[in-house]
Amino acid sequence: MTVAVEESPVKKSYKWVGTRPVRHDGLEKVNGKARFAADMTKPRMIHGHVLRSPLAHAKILSVDTTEAESMPGVKAVVTAADFPPPSKNEGFPHRSSNLIAREKVRYEGQVVAAVAATTRRQAKAAAAKIAVKYEELPHVLTVDEAMADGAPLLHENLITKGLDTTPKQASNIAKRDYFEQGDLEAGFAEADVVYEHEFTTKVVHQGYIEPHACVADTSKDGRSEIWCSSQGHFMVRSATAEMLGWETSQLKVIPAEIGGGFGGKTTIYLEPLAVKLSQKANRPVKIVMRREDVFKATGPTPGTKIRVKIGARKDGTLTAGKAWLAYESGAFPGSWGMLGGWCVFAPYDIPNVQIESFEVVVNKPVNIAYRAPSAPMAAFATETVIDQIAREIKMDPIELRLLNAVEEGDYNHSSMVGTFQRIGLKETLEAIRDHPNYKIPLGPNQGRGVATGFWFNIAQSSSATVNLTENGRAVVVTGSPDIGGSRVSMALMAAEELGIDVKFIQPVVGDTEAVGFTDVTEGSRTTFATGMAVVRACRELVTQLRERAAIMWDCSVEDVEWVDGKAHHSGNKESPLSLAEITAKAKKTGGPLNATGSLEAKGQGPAFSTQICDLEVDPETGKATILRYTTAQDAGTAIHPSYVEGQMQGGVAQGIGWALNEEYIHDKKGVMQNPGFLDYRIPVASDLPMIETVIVEVPNPKHPYGVRGVGEVGIVPPIPAIANAIHDATGLRLRDLPMSPVRVLEGLNQQNGVG
Amino acid sequence: MRYVRPGTVDEAVSLLNSEPESCVFAGATDLVPQMQGGRPEPKLMIDLKGIPRLVKVSYSNGQLVVGAATPVSIVKVDDNLKAAFPGLSESSGLIGSDQIQNRASLGGNLCTASPGADTIPSLMVNSARVVIASSGGTRTIPVSDVVTGPGSVSLKSNEFVVEFILDAPPKRTADAYLRFIPRTEMDIAVVGAAARLTLDDADCCTEALVAIGAAAPTVVRAPVAENALRGNPINDETLAEVMAAASAVCSPISDKRGTKEYRRQVAGVLAKRVVLQAAKRAKEKGGAV
Repeated sequence: MTVAVEESPVKKSYKWVGTRPVRHDGLEKVNGKARFAADMTKPRMIHGHVLRSPLAHAKILSVDTTEAESMPGVKAVVTAADFPPPSKNEGFPHRSSNLIAREKVRYEGQVVAAVAATTRRQAKAAAAKIAVKYEELPHVLTVDEAMADGAPLLHENLITKGLDTTPKQASNIAKRDYFEQGDLEAGFAEADVVYEHEFTTKVVHQGYIEPHACVADTSKDGRSEIWCSSQGHFMVRSATAEMLGWETSQLKVIPAEIGGGFGGKTTIYLEPLAVKLSQKANRPVKIVMRREDVFKATGPTPGTKIRVKIGARKDGTLTAGKAWLAYESGAFPGSWGMLGGWCVFAPYDIPNVQIESFEVVVNKPVNIAYRAPSAPMAAFATETVIDQIAREIKMDPIELRLLNAVEEGDYNHSSMVGTFQRIGLKETLEAIRDHPNYKIPLGPNQGRGVATGFWFNIAQSSSATVNLTENGRAVVVTGSPDIGGSRVSMALMAAEELGIDVKFIQPVVGDTEAVGFTDVTEGSRTTFATGMAVVRACRELVTQLRERAAIMWDCSVEDVEWVDGKAHHSGNKESPLSLAEITAKAKKTGGPLNATGSLEAKGQGPAFSTQICDLEVDPETGKATILRYTTAQDAGTAIHPSYVEGQMQGGVAQGIGWALNEEYIHDKKGVMQNPGFLDYRIPVASDLPMIETVIVEVPNPKHPYGVRGVGEVGIVPPIPAIANAIHDATGLRLRDLPMSPVRVLEGLNQQNGVG
Repeated sequence: MRYVRPGTVDEAVSLLNSEPESCVFAGATDLVPQMQGGRPEPKLMIDLKGIPRLVKVSYSNGQLVVGAATPVSIVKVDDNLKAAFPGLSESSGLIGSDQIQNRASLGGNLCTASPGADTIPSLMVNSARVVIASSGGTRTIPVSDVVTGPGSVSLKSNEFVVEFILDAPPKRTADAYLRFIPRTEMDIAVVGAAARLTLDDADCCTEALVAIGAAAPTVVRAPVAENALRGNPINDETLAEVMAAASAVCSPISDKRGTKEYRRQVAGVLAKRVVLQAAKRAKEKGGAV
């Protein structure tokens, strides 16, 4: 059954879409009843503890588990020998190589072995008795160190991809991507103003509050059930199967509630260890990470070094842009540099462009997605240089952006989007330009900065099943974990389609055996793509409901129309039938009504956000306090505006932390010094003002309700908006993150000729 | 590991003597994270919060007595304490979060002996004394004699702090405490400063105590800054001397929380700000409480 939902015209007003009902899972999340991965317990369950590398880079000479196995309470020990070697095609992000260290450890915190015992204390004590002999190797922690001639190599056979001539020697540079368009030299020659600057950013973590956790229960018939929180349980199933060398049919994955992911739970770390321990011990095994493990061995997003050069004419027209970007990828290759390159000039129609990006392995945890991955670092560079150009030519920075902003039909510098369809960048810029907050007078030591951000958004596969109950209610089952209010968004779209009150729709996240395959919740895709699957299933149900009404009326289905949740006879010969009246008679008209919708979605619309930051810098301590923050973002259509606003505010809050204080701090041996929320400083509530939101709605023509993804782009503008505001307040141009009080005061001292 | 909760000081003393690998604690807000971070677990853990004398705030004969295990959430809101020692109330209210403050205590904050402890500078500028118990009875020493280095104290392994004694301040006397953190709360001082000033009727400073935290192996007094204040009005000239002297007394390190240059410079800034705050309070306060 195919329904051409993609071609539906976008309506202006809806009964349910755009309203703000209480989310169906809200009460349980507030009162503590909601079950997260670590809340699961099973009869006879035992506890796993993971032994991790204390060294940043070392050869493993031997792993001896003899003593550990004889410790009290120990039921099973696993090492690399218990797992098949990583498959040659494991691809990005090398999760099976990362599962457990084989010949080498490549970062502090990498898994070396795991123990399961009756209690957590026993498991921890036994893990301490595993004797591992290491031969320490020199390590590299930054792109500069890793790219230097003669740098210690993480992988002896890593040959750089993407160079004109394939190098003969291995290096730490995994990949180079290159893009050019127009005539760069001619473009810069045309410019009246050219600025080129270098920027650096530090590794930061997604900082989700819920640490990774899972319970695995493996039966003697070789099947295992896994309870865990992730951004996609079908991914957990396939990845776990791959790492164990099992069939996916041997695994059932049951999604727990998820306490934040932000991209960090698009891969797995613990599940294969737990399944294997459970198989060996013949008991359910639970593993819960400590916060320290989360910091040292999961996430984070890359540190970078980026050079951007932009030329403009005096009238503000951008003539040329050149970018050189080097992204860390952690201990195994990734594609973060390429993504950064695709984003670096994306908001602007620049005719002459050259973008070269590099992917560099370092002795730090393997990077994984973090909310618009790679875009914030690139935007930091571009948006800061754009601000500098605006000041130089004395043009309002929003007007400068409006003059050069991409719109429908413009070519995008990323091969991912091609030519832009209808987008809302100009509308977000106009919303900020016309916002009263853009005109509020500032006091001494206060400054205002603006910046714009772009993010692709993706679509991928989604499935939904909608079951109508005998009394006319609906259960909507999807395969997407509810990270940001997706249950209620699905229910709202189903309510709109079926004409049922949203409170009578029960949205459910189904396990891997209860609903069709669904890709990971990433790329701001769930409301878009899973929403389309729900709409498909609902439209199929409407067809069925019309057929049942036709049976009840003994007329042709062509004579039945579905309007506002009721079947109407086209000749008005019968009184309309409500959905509940039809389902009540289902036994006599052919049985229960249900339908599935599934698709490989197309037509996701890129997202844009424009933001204003007002802040005050304490000239004696260098501390920047955010006074006001305003964000305007194109949501296409806001299905549930509260959760759209929540995503917009969440992105800004994380961006502020990244800009001002967050960073991984390592000692000389490559050991992380701040693996906890005390010294890894994400913002606390009192650090932030109320973040004011303006939802811009330029409907996406490729979605039945005009949705585009809203989850990620909000984190892209804050870093440059803050850097530009600090400049406005103090005259300092900061190009290295974090813009901490220490950095700001150093800058002010230099400015004042002190110190 | 065994946990006990004695009801009297004597009982606690004899428990402490009964097991060499024992440890007293009040809120355990430092101890538990330390043990999770690898500190060896003691065989016997002695919870001092069951001893009534250690969990109360009282006044007698012009003295304030604060039990060593009293939650700082009580210390920060005690009206008499707030009126006499607003800076100590302030520093108590800056430790951790509300939840942490319901457990944390002055005794614990002192004996953890962190250079960045928030209440130690306030206790020092108020010349607080501590009563220490052991099998030999009790002895009383100045707070400034307790901490000997980061994480180390002058107490013997069979001793613990019972209570703090603070004399009521003279008239036109007040204290203040400020710390610098990159966030607004839930953090540890990058640098901290406390001051207590006494002003005469002409608003000239007659007595001054200044202490700097998180900028040396222990909290340090700033005698040169104190001398600059004594006998002088609080004006730009005096304040410039205070800033320079407070920075000079620091011997900070660079670590994950800040650089030594930053700590030294901001120590001066905070010293100036606490002196201004304490002077403002002293003027507003008038007579003794």
